[in-house]
Amino acid sequence: MNKIDDKPLLRVEKLKKYFTKRLSVIQKRSRIVRAVEDVSFSIYPKCTFGIVGESGCGKTTLLRCIFQVVKLTSGNIFFEGENLAELSRNELRDKRKNMQMVFQNPFISLNPRMSVLNIVSEPLRTHTEINFEEIRQRVLILLDQVGLEKDHLYRYPHEFSGGQLQRIAIARALSLKPKFLALDEPTSALDVSVQAQIITLLRDIQEELDLTYLFISHNLTMVHHISDFISVMYLGKIVESGLADEVFHQPQHPYTQVLLSSTPSLSAQYRKDRIITKGSVPDASNPPSGCAYHPRCQHAMDICGKIDPELLIIGDHHQAACHLVNS
Amino acid sequence: MIILEKVLNITSSSLFNRLEIRFQEYVLMWRVFKRDYLSLVSFIVIVLIVLAVIFAPIVTPYPEQGEGLPNLESRLQAPSTEHPLGTDELGRDLFARILYGGRPSLTLGFLVVMIACAIGIPLGAIAGYFGGWIGQVIMRITDMFLSFPALLLAITISAALGPSFTNAMIAIALTWWPQYTRLVRAQTISVKELTFVEAAKATGVSDLSIILRHILPNVITVSIVQATMDMGSAVLMGSALSFIGLGIQPPKADWGNMLTSARIYFSNAPWFALYPGITLLLVALSFNLLGDGLRDIIDPQSRRQR
Amino acid sequence: MKLQPLLSVKELHLHFNTYAGKAYVLNGVNLEIMNNDFMGLVGETGCGKSLTSFSILKLIPPGGEIISGEIFFKGDNILIKSEKEMRRIRGQQISMVSQDPSAYLNPLFTIEQQITMVIKQHQDLEKNAITQKAHDLLQIVELPNPGGILKSYPHELSGGMKQRVAIALALSCKPDLLIADEPTTDLDVTIQAQILDLLQKLRKREQLTILMVTHDLAVVAETCKSVTVLYAGKDVETGSVDKVLYESKHPYTKALLEASPNPKTRGQKLSMIPGKLPSTSERQFGCPFSSRCPKAMPICNRVIPTMKQLDEDHKVACFLYEDERVR
Repeated sequence: MNKIDDKPLLRVEKLKKYFTKRLSVIQKRSRIVRAVEDVSFSIYPKCTFGIVGESGCGKTTLLRCIFQVVKLTSGNIFFEGENLAELSRNELRDKRKNMQMVFQNPFISLNPRMSVLNIVSEPLRTHTEINFEEIRQRVLILLDQVGLEKDHLYRYPHEFSGGQLQRIAIARALSLKPKFLALDEPTSALDVSVQAQIITLLRDIQEELDLTYLFISHNLTMVHHISDFISVMYLGKIVESGLADEVFHQPQHPYTQVLLSSTPSLSAQYRKDRIITKGSVPDASNPPSGCAYHPRCQHAMDICGKIDPELLIIGDHHQAACHLVNS
Repeated sequence: MIILEKVLNITSSSLFNRLEIRFQEYVLMWRVFKRDYLSLVSFIVIVLIVLAVIFAPIVTPYPEQGEGLPNLESRLQAPSTEHPLGTDELGRDLFARILYGGRPSLTLGFLVVMIACAIGIPLGAIAGYFGGWIGQVIMRITDMFLSFPALLLAITISAALGPSFTNAMIAIALTWWPQYTRLVRAQTISVKELTFVEAAKATGVSDLSIILRHILPNVITVSIVQATMDMGSAVLMGSALSFIGLGIQPPKADWGNMLTSARIYFSNAPWFALYPGITLLLVALSFNLLGDGLRDIIDPQSRRQR
Repeated sequence: MKLQPLLSVKELHLHFNTYAGKAYVLNGVNLEIMNNDFMGLVGETGCGKSLTSFSILKLIPPGGEIISGEIFFKGDNILIKSEKEMRRIRGQQISMVSQDPSAYLNPLFTIEQQITMVIKQHQDLEKNAITQKAHDLLQIVELPNPGGILKSYPHELSGGMKQRVAIALALSCKPDLLIADEPTTDLDVTIQAQILDLLQKLRKREQLTILMVTHDLAVVAETCKSVTVLYAGKDVETGSVDKVLYESKHPYTKALLEASPNPKTRGQKLSMIPGKLPSTSERQFGCPFSSRCPKAMPICNRVIPTMKQLDEDHKVACFLYEDERVR
């Protein structure tokens, strides 16, 4: 499972994405929103890479950049060794077959006016020239893989429950036999018992189809449960990264520690003394100087407000961006 | 692709399964619709009128009179058993004339709305989806058309082209399409932000496909509601044009030109003006209420308030 | 002598008349909240927990009808009260905070104006007294810079701040019972921790009784004292958090716990609950969970189990425990 010596399937190198935000309609002033700031990571084949972060941390923008839905401000994205930005339109289209995404809210990620057949077959119809009958067969196989029935083929989204909708979304994502699947909070809109079903399904198909996952969530427990690696994002930057167990049990960055302690847990032993943070995530268009977390940090030192810490290696795969780690 | 799929599906046994599923949905929609008595009544009224107009030769015993053959012996007769709504200034049975007059009037209303939609909806979708300078150009042209008072614009175009059914139709359609552009553009802007559009983009679906298969089906419902309500207004405007002589010319029957002729005789033969007028009112009102009722089915919010 | 509960819901049955027929949403809900308790009402989507809380306030959505049952608040049956009497109870004795604070706060008015409106509605005070009270309320909910916030508009505040304002509004008339309907579902984990911490403090300081409706068992485990588990419109297990969540007896509660991701079970499969929630359009006979229960017996689909008292603070409605009685 952990083939770390292989070449990475997806490599993000110093990715930056800035937006310009107009401050007021009348005045010409505008601020730069640093949605993603200098993010780098590698995802190895057949692994599950988890990204944890709260709202405003940039994970959605990161996904959009990886999938080339928006243009990068700077940085590179390498998929299967090739730089996505340097590919021609046709080559990019081909690459897209190997990268698919499952979105957060299945109630709105599926067109309510399309039948299940049309929804699941859309990627196939876009990228291939297969005739209708074969498409139907393939969709039936996909539906079976995700645990849905034959007669669901002609139904519409509003007839299904959240869990079933997410299965449809997964079937759609699998239709082009991708190598890489990005999952943006795939279970956040679902009930607990349904979450378990979807996570189990994802695990099963990962093994069956040799898939690589990028799993994004704000739920640290869930991410820890399913991922091999975890990266913690705050205000556009990765503040800590490493093997799932390392990050979860030995968090080095104060934000990770806070995240961990704030996450409600059923196990009493993981219920640490609550570190209550002050305030909330700052505005991305007006970030604090130095380390973005320092105004809320319980261990903030002088240097934290002045210099932004780099990601330092503290273990085999464990990295953290914090001045505390230095000492 | 969709048509191909449908054709092939007819041969498959799952057709019955699908029909059954769709049937249940339509039953549900009908039940919601039924509750609104006003809409139901207007629906029935429209159906009756349309049927009567289509089957005019069977409904009225005076088909030739409806088509303009005068019968000078029975001029301006009050409603009687022979002539249920009376006769006009040339002795023609009024009921027959109203029915036959309905043909151009209703057809005009229908075609105008169709043309307006055919122009307005795609423009709105393009303007909304692409935005930028295309959107700006389209919207400015739309605004231009919208700033003319509709009736005046229609009169001008019609007068320029010459009085006839086709020209009246073109004239009105040209004043009507901007509404749809505005409507559809607003809807498109909100729909294109929805996740499933993003999902399609991430898969690499082309812009054209996205507009056709994702945006349009989701904005069409609002347009249908608007179109239904507009049908009545289009009929009214068509009649307005023929009233001033720019549409169907006499002796062909048309509600508008019937009113023109009826004006002079209003004091001694009020039925002559009254009945075509009431028919117009009924048609416009019914389409309006029907559109309201449709909106209530389509908009789930208002459904809950019943 | 047993203390009288502050709120007591007995065998509440609620039906909805929809175009698709009748919906049997609440099928005999029982709830007992003692004074100064922190009760969690837990269940998945569709179990009727939000409707139960709305019924307590007699704010039943159109189309709904209470068929039978009683709700006693401070000894009075709420269900027979007139709308006029209810208006005096709502806001003054029973208050509610909901999931989306933006739904409470009118974007056109400042916070000060809104708090003033609420206070004026229920109490007759002078202008200065009202402003002072507004100030005090914001301090009670631990908002920094109350003066500045009073002058702000809702859109200028963050999610966490808005929720605090909503809580302040709810507390403006010192109610006895606060109903919190998924108050932290939309908030980030760290903010959630802050709000939950606040609620716990408020319970102690203001002698408040809190009923928190949520689908998150972990939240209940960490913040509540008692919990009631709902399934398909029926309460199935109730008691102290320790007993219900750590010595669960009802198969549904156990299944729910096993389906929740837990750091201890990392890498293992999450156990799933087979089957689906029963449809609300079908009348229930017998235990609602019987169709999915791994331990179902023939009697389970024929007779509805009643609540059996297993312990002083533990009750369960299940035929497996038919023979156990109060010790």
